[in-house]
Amino acid sequence: MFYRGKEGEWSWILHRLTGIGVLLFLVAHIVDTVLIAWGPEVYNKVIALYRNPIFKLGEVGLFAAVLYHSLNGVRITVVDFWPSGTKYHKQMFYVVMTLFTIGMIPVSFLMLRH
Amino acid sequence: MKVELKIQRYNPETDAQPHFENYSVEAEPTDRVLDALLQVKGLLDGSLTLRKSCAHGICGSDGMRINGRNLLACKVLIRNLQQPIVVEPMKGFKIIKDLVVDMEAFFEKYRSVKPYLIQNEAAPQKERPQSPQERERFDDTTKCILCACCTTACPSFWSDPDYVGPAAIVQAHRFIQDSRDQGGEERLDILGDREGVWRCRTIFNCVEACPRDIDVTAAIGEVKRKLLFRKI
Repeated sequence: MFYRGKEGEWSWILHRLTGIGVLLFLVAHIVDTVLIAWGPEVYNKVIALYRNPIFKLGEVGLFAAVLYHSLNGVRITVVDFWPSGTKYHKQMFYVVMTLFTIGMIPVSFLMLRH
Repeated sequence: MKVELKIQRYNPETDAQPHFENYSVEAEPTDRVLDALLQVKGLLDGSLTLRKSCAHGICGSDGMRINGRNLLACKVLIRNLQQPIVVEPMKGFKIIKDLVVDMEAFFEKYRSVKPYLIQNEAAPQKERPQSPQERERFDDTTKCILCACCTTACPSFWSDPDYVGPAAIVQAHRFIQDSRDQGGEERLDILGDREGVWRCRTIFNCVEACPRDIDVTAAIGEVKRKLLFRKI
């Protein structure tokens, strides 16, 4: 059975998932950029795939992953270097989630508008 | 009141895999999970195997996973739990039988951090004096009872059984911060290694699990910073 952790475990799981997500995007991004070596035709054909609505949602997901990973990265750094950080890790997690939500609302709107 | 229990059972001589069995006993809401387990063992199935000793939260024998979280069965009241109460052995150790796990590797790691006073100078005539402020620096980590609730709640330990684990780091912290001890550098060398403190990902499951309310992650953090800022 899954261990029932609290805020700390959830923040770590999300950090891992978003980290892997961003890494997978980077691999795809390197591959699509390398395609320019085969000429502009191949490159443009593949890049056109990104116009697909699924990729549009994926781009919002990518932004979400980068945003969460960076905000929580700051939280982890504070926990590591501020001696009282361990006492406030839960509050800091809620601050991270609040800032994440505040950031996602306008960005999702702007990215999905077109 | 009626108490429903769902207990993980495993007998290595007859079972290929651990499985769950349901039991129902009569208990008071103010009874502890340990009381219910002992009722099962005493009245329903004598083959149920578990460790317990003092039954008052001091010896650290009855650490187990109760409703998905590591707790001492003798410290958690039935009224504070959802039913059926799911009882499993601690995660990450080999199961010997039912709720009893093999803790030899755990104590091996405990010994690896040299959990005893190291002094190179001859013993003084009287005691080795220490100020209240110096004592305060390791007060929290003296409370550990080696129940392994923290180590077996740690995802880093589940994925890497060689990780020294939060309990051993707590024990090392207790001596590293002790002004009377001179073995700090040796212990920092051990904890600065591959399987030492850097495996900690500040997940805080250890802090949630500790029945003695030790701020385990804070202690690990202090050791990390000592390693980072120590003079080479």
